[in-house]
Amino acid sequence: MELSMNQRERTVPTSRWLPWHAIVVFAFLYLPIVTLIVYSFNGSGVGGFPPRDLTLNWYRQLFADDAIWTSVLNSLLVAFAAMAISLAFGIPAALALDRANFPGKALFRRLVLLPLILPGIITGLSLLMLFQAGNVKLSLLTIVLGHGTALISVATTEVFAGLQKLDRTQEEASLDLGANYWQTFWRVTLPNLRLSIIGAALLIFTLSMDEIAVSFFLIGRDNTLPLEIWGRLRRGITPEINAISTIIFIFSLAAIVTWYRLRAKAEPELIL
Amino acid sequence: MFSRAYRAAITVPPLVWVAVFLLLPYALLFCYSFWSVSSSQEIVHSWTLDNYRQLLRVNVYWQTLLRSMWIAARVTIFSLLLGYPLAYYLSFCAGKRKDLLYQLVIIPLWVSYLVRAYAWKTILGSDGVLNTLLQYVHLTSHPLDFLLYSPFAVVLTLTHIYTPFTFLPIYAALEHIPRNLVEASHDLGASPFQTFWRVIFPLSIPGVLAGATFAFVLSLGDFLAPLLLGGPSGIMISNIVVSLFGAAYNWPLGAAISFCMLALVLALLSLSESLEKKWSFR
Amino acid sequence: MALRATRDNLATVSEPATTGATPSSASPLLDIRNVAKSFGKNVVLRNISLQVAEGEFLTILGESGSGKTTLLRIIAGFEAASSGEILMGGERLDRLPPYQRRVNTVFQHYALFPHLTVAENVGYGLRVAKLPPQEIATRVEQALDMVKMTAYSAVKPAKISGGQQQRIALARALVNRPRLLLLDEPLSALDANLRRQMQVELKSLQREVGISFVFVTHDQEEAMVMSDRIALLRMGELEQVASPREIYNRPASAYTAQFIGHTNLLSGEVKDGVAHCQSLSWRTGLRDGPGLFSLRPENIRLATGVSTGAAVRFRAKILRQAFHGATELLQVECADGLLLSIRAASRDNWSGDVDLEFSSADAVPVRASEIQQPQGKD
Repeated sequence: MELSMNQRERTVPTSRWLPWHAIVVFAFLYLPIVTLIVYSFNGSGVGGFPPRDLTLNWYRQLFADDAIWTSVLNSLLVAFAAMAISLAFGIPAALALDRANFPGKALFRRLVLLPLILPGIITGLSLLMLFQAGNVKLSLLTIVLGHGTALISVATTEVFAGLQKLDRTQEEASLDLGANYWQTFWRVTLPNLRLSIIGAALLIFTLSMDEIAVSFFLIGRDNTLPLEIWGRLRRGITPEINAISTIIFIFSLAAIVTWYRLRAKAEPELIL
Repeated sequence: MFSRAYRAAITVPPLVWVAVFLLLPYALLFCYSFWSVSSSQEIVHSWTLDNYRQLLRVNVYWQTLLRSMWIAARVTIFSLLLGYPLAYYLSFCAGKRKDLLYQLVIIPLWVSYLVRAYAWKTILGSDGVLNTLLQYVHLTSHPLDFLLYSPFAVVLTLTHIYTPFTFLPIYAALEHIPRNLVEASHDLGASPFQTFWRVIFPLSIPGVLAGATFAFVLSLGDFLAPLLLGGPSGIMISNIVVSLFGAAYNWPLGAAISFCMLALVLALLSLSESLEKKWSFR
Repeated sequence: MALRATRDNLATVSEPATTGATPSSASPLLDIRNVAKSFGKNVVLRNISLQVAEGEFLTILGESGSGKTTLLRIIAGFEAASSGEILMGGERLDRLPPYQRRVNTVFQHYALFPHLTVAENVGYGLRVAKLPPQEIATRVEQALDMVKMTAYSAVKPAKISGGQQQRIALARALVNRPRLLLLDEPLSALDANLRRQMQVELKSLQREVGISFVFVTHDQEEAMVMSDRIALLRMGELEQVASPREIYNRPASAYTAQFIGHTNLLSGEVKDGVAHCQSLSWRTGLRDGPGLFSLRPENIRLATGVSTGAAVRFRAKILRQAFHGATELLQVECADGLLLSIRAASRDNWSGDVDLEFSSADAVPVRASEIQQPQGKD
């Protein structure tokens, strides 16, 4: 990687080691991902250098594996439901933090945002105790409640950031023109928060699809995908997991690209 | 400008939800930590400090907690050593490639945590990619067995997972530094080295603190990577909690450990918050 | 490009007022009674009482921080007054939420909805009022026609210029047929030429539609050009409410005299109906004691020929001159050291001693203001 520095950047303290450091970090970050993908095509299983006998067998085996696909469906179900809960409570929570004053607001802020930074095990355990105390049978529903609750923090931070950028006179103009609070919310506030909400939804979706620490304690009979993978890992390594991971990776990549296209298209219009 | 009804409508539902699904469970966790289990495996709802006493008396608990903190500290340091120069390079030197490289740092975050830990396992195992590669090029004749099932494997994997997380706030902090400050520093006769240590680094401290807190707290509470890659010597505090809630069936003791972790996390959070406030000048 | 309003464009609420109207009718359209507002310990408005007549163009003039925008926001309903009441057409206005008031606002930076087209912006108020689509379409069309923006109806606000956004903001407010239109420094974002043009157009539009306008500005020239009456606000209190002519010719206080136009403030002593200020003296109606007078620079003339009885005559030395286009502002010093500004015809080189005079009637007695502000021109 050669350094192409213009006049302005030359004034910045730099070192010729920096690009090499960057290369090392990127190699470190991508090594497992590349290994994962390469060995999903490796005929003689995971491990063993060099990879040999390129094959699609693992993918064939994967597509015939009903347990995996059931867990994928479960995970999708959970992710959509958790997304609905997180947005339904996270958007009002952000609005409340932005524009209402009430006793205990500081505690409320801290509590809402806590799951973002708290190790999942604590959230998972405490919810397990709650459901146990309330005699709630563990199932996908308890996982939905767990994910939904933990991920309100994501919706709240994203939407709150969006609200900071929202021009308050937009809403005043709407009220002034005869729209009541409810109409103003739907016609002005929400459309202006569109990007933050889509961003939050995508983030919640992927985090829920990947979540394992909370699910670990709240799981009933039906497995989510990470728990299904976890169960198999404990039984031993199988390239099927490489195959499903590769597929999910490609889907996520497509999602990111779509999201950036969407934002690049929408953003210029939002700048008045 | 907002009516009372409007404020109530946006405040009450999240408040109720948070009270039921966050405040109540944490309170329950606190209560459990003062209860006990009878010999017939039933929860005894009478208050006792026995669980906390046991934590102090039984070596394995506090030793594991210390080891977890040591592992988390190493993860934090390595993440900073990898993340800070990378963030600095992207923010100040990468020029037009900045956005692309930024995306390249983010993309690994979209690969499942579990899958990345698993990938490291396939790399580090005794017949894994690394060992077979080393033998293939005749650097070693036997597989190196310290690679997997060791604290080393746990630290390596967690560093891999939390480096992007430490990178993000540091990068954001660096991006917020007005570039004319750097020019002003040069104009006033500071060398590049002095400019970095006297202007850029102090202004990026809030980002460093945020990233470090994140890496430390989340790796401290991790239980999957140790279970998958840690072996007996890589056991962390959360693994003990998991077993207390599972096979060992001692929820109150598990709750006491969890509550200590919760308190530790909250203390760290407020410490880092007050430090961040001290180091932010806006 | 001229703004144009006809009877079918906008149903008028009332007959257009005559020029220079003062509220004389028994029930004013808007009646602000003893309104005060404070944010915590910070008192922003004190005891404001003000009426707006049907069809009147009233300007609330004040420096930044005078409380003018807060007063406007209280009328619109975005802030609640701490005390006092506001009536519209004899009924309580201040108890209604903003969306139930027949008051519309043109915001300072227009606050056009970026996600809606120009036509959707204009039709917003009609749509939330659930009017039939056909009627919405016609009225939006008429409103856009009124501000000559029909060609832009399908465009998003970000794509049009500041002046055009201003027209859309105006159309969006007027299309709802408010009884009162509030304008919060709507011209401040426009460049000087466009601003002067819009001042004239806005004024004639207001005459046409006959809706009462309450216009907030910090620009005293703008206030003078457009208003039927000016309410001068200073540090949260009304300093003077009067027609532009009266407020200029008969300023009530030293602050008013200085804020609106240029003036000489003469501080003197009144004795037996004669005011004395250093070596100058003139007849006044004031009682004995200290007195403060405002004397406009243009009311001091070069003395010619024989002195008339009413004029005060004196000799002064020209210190410096400032070119103002058609006129020249001269700084003169009287023999006793008194400094005065006078306005004279434009000439290349003013110098030396001159004979000057002014009429006693032009030295207007004014109330002293606690803190003498520097000239409020911008």
